[in-house]
Amino acid sequence: MRKAEIVTAVILAILSLYLMWKSGEPPSWNPDIARFDNIWMIKGEGPGSGFWPFWLSFIMFLSTIWIAVNWFRKTSPMSVSDEPFLDAYGMKMLVQVGGGLFGFLALIHIIGFYGAMCVFLIYYLKFLGRHTMTVTLLISVLTPVVCFFFFDIAMRIVLPKGYLEPLFIPLYDIFL
Amino acid sequence: MITRRTMIGLVAATMLASTSFTGIAHAFEPNKPVDFIIMAGKGGGADKMARLMQSIIEKNKLSTRPLVPINKSGGSGAEALIAAKGARDPDHTIMVTLNSFFTTPLRQPGLKIDAMKFAPIGRMAEDTFLLWVHKDSGITTFEQYLEKAKKDGSKWVMGGTGKNSEDNIITDYLNNNYGLSMKYIPYKGGGAVAKQVAGKQLNSSVNNPSEALGFYESGDMVPLVAFTDERLPMFPDVPTLKEKGGDFSYFMQRAVVGAPGMSDEALAYYNGLFKKVYDSAEWQDYKKKKSLMGDFMSGKDLVSYWGTQVDRHRKILKASGAIK
Amino acid sequence: MEVISALADGVLVALQPVNLGLAILGVIVGLFVGAMPGLGSVNGVAILLPFTFVIQSFTGGATSPMIFLAAIYYGAMYGGAISSITLGIPGASTAVATTFDGRPMALSGKAHIALVTAALASFVGGTVSNIIFTAFAPALASVALDFGDPEIFALMLLAFATFVGLGGDDIPKTIFSICIGLVLATVGFDIVSGEPRLIFFDITGFSHGIRFLVLAIGVYGIGEMIWTINTSRYSSSMTQVDVSAKNIWLAIKEFKTAWRGTSIGSALGFFVGILPAAGATPGSLMSYGVTKLISKNPKEFGKGAIDGIAAPEAANNSASTGAMLPMMTLGIPGSPTTAVLLAGMVIWGLQPGPLLFTNQPDFVWPLIGSFYISNVVAVLINLAFIPVFLWMLRMPFTILAPMIFVLSLVGTFAAYLDMFDVWLMVIVGVAAFFLRILDYPLAPAVLAIVLGPIAEPKLRQSLLFSDGDFSIFFTRPIAGPITILAIILILLPLFKVIKNKMKAAS
Repeated sequence: MRKAEIVTAVILAILSLYLMWKSGEPPSWNPDIARFDNIWMIKGEGPGSGFWPFWLSFIMFLSTIWIAVNWFRKTSPMSVSDEPFLDAYGMKMLVQVGGGLFGFLALIHIIGFYGAMCVFLIYYLKFLGRHTMTVTLLISVLTPVVCFFFFDIAMRIVLPKGYLEPLFIPLYDIFL
Repeated sequence: MITRRTMIGLVAATMLASTSFTGIAHAFEPNKPVDFIIMAGKGGGADKMARLMQSIIEKNKLSTRPLVPINKSGGSGAEALIAAKGARDPDHTIMVTLNSFFTTPLRQPGLKIDAMKFAPIGRMAEDTFLLWVHKDSGITTFEQYLEKAKKDGSKWVMGGTGKNSEDNIITDYLNNNYGLSMKYIPYKGGGAVAKQVAGKQLNSSVNNPSEALGFYESGDMVPLVAFTDERLPMFPDVPTLKEKGGDFSYFMQRAVVGAPGMSDEALAYYNGLFKKVYDSAEWQDYKKKKSLMGDFMSGKDLVSYWGTQVDRHRKILKASGAIK
Repeated sequence: MEVISALADGVLVALQPVNLGLAILGVIVGLFVGAMPGLGSVNGVAILLPFTFVIQSFTGGATSPMIFLAAIYYGAMYGGAISSITLGIPGASTAVATTFDGRPMALSGKAHIALVTAALASFVGGTVSNIIFTAFAPALASVALDFGDPEIFALMLLAFATFVGLGGDDIPKTIFSICIGLVLATVGFDIVSGEPRLIFFDITGFSHGIRFLVLAIGVYGIGEMIWTINTSRYSSSMTQVDVSAKNIWLAIKEFKTAWRGTSIGSALGFFVGILPAAGATPGSLMSYGVTKLISKNPKEFGKGAIDGIAAPEAANNSASTGAMLPMMTLGIPGSPTTAVLLAGMVIWGLQPGPLLFTNQPDFVWPLIGSFYISNVVAVLINLAFIPVFLWMLRMPFTILAPMIFVLSLVGTFAAYLDMFDVWLMVIVGVAAFFLRILDYPLAPAVLAIVLGPIAEPKLRQSLLFSDGDFSIFFTRPIAGPITILAIILILLPLFKVIKNKMKAAS
């Protein structure tokens, strides 16, 4: 993980610098104010709007340097670890699970929460969990049904339906 | 198999249902829960009113489908305006608005939002503003207030809800027209401001009556002047600023609007719905207790009211330097 | 004496069948809403608010509706611990501290002890605060009024100080985590300047800020979960619990060893809870921190210390009663949930404020009476449901994991009805997974995003007040001592590190 440690530290350092830069942003409607005008104490007003995020981002930046120093001197556990950051198994898992989650998210916009939920559960239970078809279908159908009654009907929290919306109109007629 | 069968059943049911609907072909009625966007966070003044309206509708079964409140407080209303503008189904999207309905599009032109494009469903009330101080300050009249505030200069601290908000506009007016240099500290909500005055952390505030009522009743907070056209029935002894020679009154609109692009049938339906809410005993009672003003207004009247408000706020914001 | 007879009358009203039934119903609803990641007491109370209007039309008066909502609030406070312990996802910010020790305990097969401790500590915390509330409510209201901006800021500083020691052994990574949480807390609309801040890539979704739940569910529901799948290779690492009446009974008996955390949580939680703007989260954190500080085995904290569960749980329940105090006597909400309750009181035609106790005794005393009743109902129902929640843990991990993912996504959406939050939550979760592998502690970031939005405006409002003079935090009679104590607590661990370094060098 030695390599991952320093790569992450560099990425986080860049993130800190970006946050510092972003904190100093002047209001969009007033081009007269210069960038970084807001990160100091404004006379009679106390700290400007960028004060808190700017200086805390600066501390973030310093701590990434500290992490890098520890890495260089090999004084932190991660900087001497020779375990892989993600082994082949981990990579595969991340692609399968992470990909599944993003697929779930994308599907919500198309077939709504309930449809996406069902597809995700079938994918996970059948292909990753290797459960039997009966178990898979039972869970992936029951979960959206229970969720529909809990959220849409009982709690009146309407989840997005995407293009499946027309299918739910008759259900509203019955239950609402 | 189960899914497929259910799906087929559902599709069949939909077709049946839709044919029966077109068969009757009556006026618009919502056929699914209505998104009820609130331009403020949970627990604020606008939220309270929205939830009261929702409760009245629910209790008296005024609507066939429930209203689902969605709080969008981001960017002093910008988030709500964008959500309403981009609503996928304008016939099922309505929004409760305050004055940020006028000021936010002016202050953030990048949003490309035109308040006049929203569907005028109904103005439910206008909230009023009064000037408050703590009783221990010994101040009982507006004149004494001016004298004390002038003497203290920027040591005199006024609190309000948010920067460049309604409270800020009134404070700026007082500062500019009476030679004061009061300091303005923005807080998150009107309740917090009233508490700071009651706890003597601040010198004065311009709270709505509903926010300061508890401390008014206990005698901790004293109203000095009302920023209305006529004296408020609840505070008959409090003069208006106009009586004191100022040419200024200021109200907070509490209106319900429909998403841009709402059909005329839907608009007519919501007009009727909120008229019923307005006429309900609960709403009238609330209006009286919280010292709200303004009659129900909808359609063209409401649009022309918005027109004058937008112009007025443009002038006010320009004068205070909040916009160019 | 007067108080006791008023309370007795109140309890009798609260025990009327309608009110008792509403309390039981409310507690059950609250328990499930609270146990659901994403939904917390705020959502439960807000969603059922219109329903109370229906109750009111049957019973008249505001007492029964309020009893119902207060019971939901109580139930949700108990329920929050359940998802923290069994799923490892804090359902609400008040339950974050419960995950620190609750999760490790559940993983080592002691989930039943953790759940029972949480329930009983909640009960004690709730009861203690009810007694303080009953006896001193009007007097304490003036304390709340004395807390202006500098005082609240000093208190937030103290809350930070107590959890400086909560991070891992890697100091720069802990500092990084705290700071990124505090920076992300400023995303969105800045009330003091009236301008939007840190709107990354001009995406509107950021204008409401990065919500606590997005970070918490992302870190725990997604990041931690993927990490567990990675380390356990798709099989569960959870030691299963044998659910039996005997085991539960043994757990109840073990509760007495958690007296330290329980008592600190009860007292501190209430006090922090009554301060407007603070709410139950800082209370539960501070209680955890203080209990760790004075514990005989501070090393056990974070690895499954029973005191580490009792303290935050006693505190969040105690604080939730405490938060009712400024709500009722000042009309100021101390937390988002009390803000909604306050809206309810106004809708039912009550005027919260200093005169509420004198003008509306018919409302106040039955409500206080119902606090006691709801608390008893809540602990009994919670204990009865523990086997059900434990049973959930017995599900195969390949079923539990996708269910947690589904719950995380649905819960995040349900909290604010915003798809942007759901996307951000998953992205945060994947990032959290990478940081988790490299041992970055993420709990400080999650907590910082709760405290940051309270602390930063208070800092700036105070300095606006003092014309930018920092001495305001030291010279005011209440703020001064708190600030100094906080600074000492923050510097203490630093001194230790320097001392150790010097020793090592010489």
